[in-house]
Amino acid sequence: MAGSVKIFIPCDAAAISVGADDVASSVVAEAARRNANIEIVRNGSRGMLWLEPLVEVETSKGRVAYGPVAAGDVAELFDAGFLEGGDHDLAHGITEEIPYFAKQERLTFARCGIIDPLSIGDYEKYGGLAGLREALKMAPAAIVDTVTKSGLRGRGGAGFPTGIKWKTTLAQQSDQKYICCNADEGDSGTFADRMLMEGDPFSLLEGMVIAGRATGATIGYIYIRSEYPHAIKTMHKAVEMFKAAGFLGGDIDGSDTRFEIDIRVGAGAYICGEETSMLESIEGKRGQIKVKPPIPAISGLFGKPTIVNNVLSLATTPVILAKGADHYKNFGMGRSLGTQPFQLAGDIARGGLVEKAFGVSLRILVEEFGGGTRSGKSVRAVQTGGPLGAYIPVSGFDVAMDYEALAQSGAMLGHGGVVVFNDTVDMAKQARFAMKFCEIESCGKCTPCRIGAVRGKETIDKIIAGEDRAKNLEILDDLCDLMTDASLCAMGGLTPMPVQSAIKHFPEDFGG
Amino acid sequence: MAALINKLEHEGARAICSRHGNKPEALLEILHKTQQADSYLSDEALRTIADALNISRAEIHGVVSFYHDYRREAPADHIIRICRAEACQAVGSEALAAHAEEKWLTPTGGVSADRQIGLEAVYCLGNCALGPAAMVDGELHGRVTPERLETLVARRVDEAEGA
Repeated sequence: MAGSVKIFIPCDAAAISVGADDVASSVVAEAARRNANIEIVRNGSRGMLWLEPLVEVETSKGRVAYGPVAAGDVAELFDAGFLEGGDHDLAHGITEEIPYFAKQERLTFARCGIIDPLSIGDYEKYGGLAGLREALKMAPAAIVDTVTKSGLRGRGGAGFPTGIKWKTTLAQQSDQKYICCNADEGDSGTFADRMLMEGDPFSLLEGMVIAGRATGATIGYIYIRSEYPHAIKTMHKAVEMFKAAGFLGGDIDGSDTRFEIDIRVGAGAYICGEETSMLESIEGKRGQIKVKPPIPAISGLFGKPTIVNNVLSLATTPVILAKGADHYKNFGMGRSLGTQPFQLAGDIARGGLVEKAFGVSLRILVEEFGGGTRSGKSVRAVQTGGPLGAYIPVSGFDVAMDYEALAQSGAMLGHGGVVVFNDTVDMAKQARFAMKFCEIESCGKCTPCRIGAVRGKETIDKIIAGEDRAKNLEILDDLCDLMTDASLCAMGGLTPMPVQSAIKHFPEDFGG
Repeated sequence: MAALINKLEHEGARAICSRHGNKPEALLEILHKTQQADSYLSDEALRTIADALNISRAEIHGVVSFYHDYRREAPADHIIRICRAEACQAVGSEALAAHAEEKWLTPTGGVSADRQIGLEAVYCLGNCALGPAAMVDGELHGRVTPERLETLVARRVDEAEGA
């Protein structure tokens, strides 16, 4: 199609949820009506979700952005000459010059929103496969060493050094080892795994093959939650294409490396984001957690050495191998090296994905990138790190977003979610919800979590009702300490974090 | 209890198990596919799966009852799942759910009297920047207002009736 104009309309689930498919049909129909020669590319999302559906037109100056575009706007856009990048109320100029995008440091998400997610040609053209080709020339221990030196830590939430985990599995003697990708992204306020799987799926597959070569694993599983139908579909197609292109199976890219990947779909259980629970689920069992040790890196899936890594951790290893450990660790600060894809959600004017070096302040994320609330009300609290993370008041917004600084202030980074609440939020209700969520999602294995959540919810109900408040707050605090100390995993162990932080920072909502 | 002691074979479930090599580790996938075909998991299906995989019905019950996705009864014609997690709470999902409960006269977790609408809670659909999020018959929607939800559901009902 010589002379055709390329138009990018995301196939990302968030974009589709606000009408991207309808916009694509409209653009096709309108172009046909006007005999315009166009080619539509369904790309991933750029992560500027408040502008979705974000339509981009390729021009000689670069890609010009229009958004949020409704199907009804399309004829008007053609009238305004958008095929040549013409001006319109919805136009935002060159996409990459939009401050929200321009100020980011994109390593993990370097290609997301730029390429056709299911084009291996595009993938390679924009730097894909370079990391794998480098890894195939290296000895397993050298790959592990590079990942260790990069400072990469588990992006699922726990922040354990990825290289150390790989080293443990590499050292095991076993007839079979596994790489399990945790794509059970259940934290409210997080969508980075989903965006990456839908927008740049090959980067995850490449990362898994690298992990396989580095540790001696030959079989990989991607465990995707059932709430992500678009991601499941894209990953299935990506696995088939990667295999057909010779990057899965035997003799990968002419080397002696062998690796296969299978996709497993969850069935609606938040707890399956916990690694031992996820492994049980992949084995076809109840997703009940297991006591550690043994750690999965030594005895995991089917009792074999198993690497469990988050989507983002695995998808970041290709760029580390391609550009070197030093390049990666030059981003970030202290012991939090590299970049973190932060996800801005809730009542926020400019919600979306912001990949920045560790150390950016919460204030910059919420105010500069996020632009305050979408509702126009003032911000009262932010919850970072998902449903098990702390509520932070506005006075705490200068905290640097890295593992240690957040932990020191009594909060956590988790998977990088930032959920903004306006001044109408009732923090006692939020604390109650934390307990209720734990009650719904507890696997039931240990008593502090299974029973503690129920008692916690009941006690907060009494506090809300004004029943003997001082005494019940004391009971709640004691219960929270017990859950923190005695639960087997993070579900029961961290549920007290939102509860206690809400009481600490917003005592007025608890009758204090 | 009659249904629990029947010995009826479920041919569809048997075929699905066979396609997965009758491997117990494929149980979740087998349950997903059986439910997709039948809309719920019947006694016959579970008994057949237990037989094919050579595991006990108690084990299958343990798995089915653990996960929120699996249903043991026929669902409503149309299923609305409203995200009730924090990011959507911050932009009014509780009010949206309350509206839906009033509009279709069913509590969350229940079905309308004519069995046309089923209302479910879901904890995160990964659309947290564009909340409130909801799924209507498996289709994801963002920035859902009460009015928009009614329109979306009406469209699904009309499509089904027109078909």
